[in-house]
Amino acid sequence: MATPWGGLPRLGASLSLSCLALAVLLLVRTAAAAKNSEDVRCKCICPPYKDIPGHIYNRNISQKDCDCLHVVELMSVREPDIEAYCLRCECKYEERSSVTIKVTIIIYLSILGLLLLYMVYLTLVEPILKRRLFGHSQLIQSDDDVGDHQPFANAHDVLARSRSRANVLNKVEYAQQRWKLQVQEQRKSVFDRHVVLS
Amino acid sequence: MSGSGNLMDFLDEPFPDVGTYEDFHTIDWLREKSRDTDRHRKITSRSKESVWEFIKGLLDAWSGWVVMLLIGLLAGTLAGVIDLAVDWMTDLKEGICLSAFWYSHEQCCWTSSETTFEDRDKCPLWQKWSELLVNRSEGASAYILNYLLYVLWALLFAFLAVSLVRVFAPYACGSGIPEIKTILSGFIIRGYLGKWTLLTKTVTLVLVVSSGLSLGKEGPLVHVACCCGNFFSSLFSKYSKNEGKRREVLSAAAAAGVSVAFGAPIGGVLFSLEEVSYYFPLKTLWRSFFAALVAAFTLRSINPFGNSRLVLFYVEYHTPWYMAELFPFILLGVFGGLWGTLFIRCNIAWCRRRKTTRLGKYPVLEVIVVTAITAIVAYPNPYTRQSTSELISELFNDCGALESSQLCDYINDPNMTRPVDDIPDRPAGRGVYTAIWQLALALVFKIVITIFTFGMKIPSGLFIPSMAVGAMAGRMVGIGVEQLAYHHHDWIIFRNWCRPGADCVTPGLYAMVGAAACLGGVTRMTVSLVVIMFELTGGLEYIVPLMAAAVTSKWVADAFGKEGIYEAHIHLNGYPFLDVKDEFTHRTLATDVMRPRRGEPPLSVLTQDSMTVEDVETLIKETDYNGFPVVVSRDSERLIGFAQRRELILAIKNARQRQEGIVSNSIMYFTEDPPELPANSPQPLKLRRVLNLSPFTVTDHTPMETVVDIFRKLGLRQCLVTRSGRLLGIITKKDVLRHMAQMANQDPESIMFN
Repeated sequence: MATPWGGLPRLGASLSLSCLALAVLLLVRTAAAAKNSEDVRCKCICPPYKDIPGHIYNRNISQKDCDCLHVVELMSVREPDIEAYCLRCECKYEERSSVTIKVTIIIYLSILGLLLLYMVYLTLVEPILKRRLFGHSQLIQSDDDVGDHQPFANAHDVLARSRSRANVLNKVEYAQQRWKLQVQEQRKSVFDRHVVLS
Repeated sequence: MSGSGNLMDFLDEPFPDVGTYEDFHTIDWLREKSRDTDRHRKITSRSKESVWEFIKGLLDAWSGWVVMLLIGLLAGTLAGVIDLAVDWMTDLKEGICLSAFWYSHEQCCWTSSETTFEDRDKCPLWQKWSELLVNRSEGASAYILNYLLYVLWALLFAFLAVSLVRVFAPYACGSGIPEIKTILSGFIIRGYLGKWTLLTKTVTLVLVVSSGLSLGKEGPLVHVACCCGNFFSSLFSKYSKNEGKRREVLSAAAAAGVSVAFGAPIGGVLFSLEEVSYYFPLKTLWRSFFAALVAAFTLRSINPFGNSRLVLFYVEYHTPWYMAELFPFILLGVFGGLWGTLFIRCNIAWCRRRKTTRLGKYPVLEVIVVTAITAIVAYPNPYTRQSTSELISELFNDCGALESSQLCDYINDPNMTRPVDDIPDRPAGRGVYTAIWQLALALVFKIVITIFTFGMKIPSGLFIPSMAVGAMAGRMVGIGVEQLAYHHHDWIIFRNWCRPGADCVTPGLYAMVGAAACLGGVTRMTVSLVVIMFELTGGLEYIVPLMAAAVTSKWVADAFGKEGIYEAHIHLNGYPFLDVKDEFTHRTLATDVMRPRRGEPPLSVLTQDSMTVEDVETLIKETDYNGFPVVVSRDSERLIGFAQRRELILAIKNARQRQEGIVSNSIMYFTEDPPELPANSPQPLKLRRVLNLSPFTVTDHTPMETVVDIFRKLGLRQCLVTRSGRLLGIITKKDVLRHMAQMANQDPESIMFN
């Protein structure tokens, strides 16, 4: 499954995977270092009791101080009721890493955006460019691509054409066309003939 | 094996690409094993020569553990990214956080101090789309606008997902587990575990789960983890060149995938053992455990849920259960088994229709229509509007005094002074009754829509929808039993264990048991299901109810059909998967199954030294068999060995290009020494290297039971049938599978003797 050439699609895949590797490093580092004051909290939920309405209290306090006496505002509670009120409250210490969330979402959106741009390029822009460059002679080429409006329909032709030249750019294009052929084969077996994956 | 005895063969130049397999073919397990043994022996003998060789030997031994470590790291990272992105994008359908757009609803309101006890979800920073666009949050127009935008976002996500799958990696659709099972049994599907499939599946999985469709991400996470496994194993030649060793790595990667999906490392290993893997030696058990642990640890350090838990629905109550409750638990098991059977039959029928009729020609349109229906029907019911994971979490949770959901709207005694988690059974308030009929509607909807969703051309899993169906049914039964116990506490069955003022029934436990029952009914998992469920909940006390429900659902479902959903999909697609769970109990013999049958043309064989290159090429071109037996001569058909088609083609091509004097009339020989030839005949071609000198043979009276056992245990592709040393015929794996299918439709007592 390892193609012998570098190639644009392999480059793209390796780039995305190295982005993900970078994400691992960033995430693990930021997760360890995210003791940002905004990212810890002690959340106490107190249900209604007698005439005191229910309330939720948030405060960023360390874990050992996360209990009713430090967090809940007991000003409005009468002295004898404090203990009963506090018994019904539930306090939980929670932590999160806002940097992790931000980095992850932004990396995901950028990968998604890149893939969408590449998809638009492959399906819409490239056929128009090729048609302008090679003219109409290509449309009569191979019989089983007639009526094939799927992307990569011209992969066979470009593959045949570019096999003769041997500089780097054409190697890249050659690898890209090979990848397109593979995807086209996959698409035929999955979508058209329904051989694999029902 | 192939010519390893002779020194001259070692000195011959190795043929290129000999030993690799074609797409959609089965590997030769025995050859891969012997190649690995050879490689290991070579390294061990070299390691005594110098320090550098010794270090290389050590590195080779440790490369397995390095691969497991890398797989665990990458699988955990990808799972963390997927979880965080799903969390955000699911909430994107309803609104957006104004302070930082990357926060989901819960994260946006995390630091806010404006949340009140009654409206715990509202905070001014997070606004719904209607508030943002037309500045109104209540009223009919706001509702309609929110509804419309919800549907539009869902359609957008689904459309993007199916387009990406179609353009970049068509193999990324579906759950992946049936194909991985087939791959692990020895089948080759090139590109199924490739880098583009990995990337596309990860990206589109987030889109698809966020669009609100009735599917889960656990099955696709197994596929993603196996792609990671394939990627890392291609970096080390020990695994990249040996398909058998690579499958050991893939088994471990599958365990890591389930481990991060559920936060259940041990359950993941057992799932890999029970469901996914074909051969699972003890070495793989230990390595799978290591990979699963590393993956779980990586996911925990990324910490997607903000409270150091691995999965969204981790519950922690420890209320006891009573023996009399086993009866409703077993009823839930029966429900799970029935639902599993129904789902498998309907889903396979729908998938078969998609395969064979015109429905299959419009995949993109199908996805859009199903998403539209799901979004339009799901929005009005609050239980289907939220994501399925949150629904399950809400259903599993017990109702303390602090819960604000409708399910916990019990009539409280205002003067009660008990501490928070020991609240006795209370009568249900109006909110609970509303919740029950909403849950019933949601249950029916989910049952119907999941049948049409699983199997579309998008990544889709079915663990979460099955658990949701079971949890909804279980919770309703639990509330029913709870109210029955409260209102009729003087009946005999309740009197002993349920006093008024005591906390008897926990509806959340019924939801868990229901979820386990439905999941078991669909996938037919046993031990791994129970272990996953109790690792999810952390309650060792609940093993017995979970086991009771799982066993009952498996029995009930097996009464209707032996196949789980994954085996059913394997049969639907016709993959060559010889299941180890099927029992073969018929009394046929090898002679009934072998080819050629009576009336068929005779077996195509090669002779050991009397065929020319041209004869062989013609034979290869005219037939499409995967291999040819080699006999001494056409008169005495004594068997010498077996030659694979691909290797013959490559060897002949190589010989014509590289060796001197090989022409079409050259004699091809498989013996040690060339045959006696007249003086002016062309150079003969020696092909002993491609000959397998020890093919498996059975006699014609071997019972098929034994033959099937041999195929399963050794992973054979073909087996030759001889009688007193003479070759009679061949049995291939496809013949065995066809025979088993044929026998399944017939009376097992009928005897076929030709």
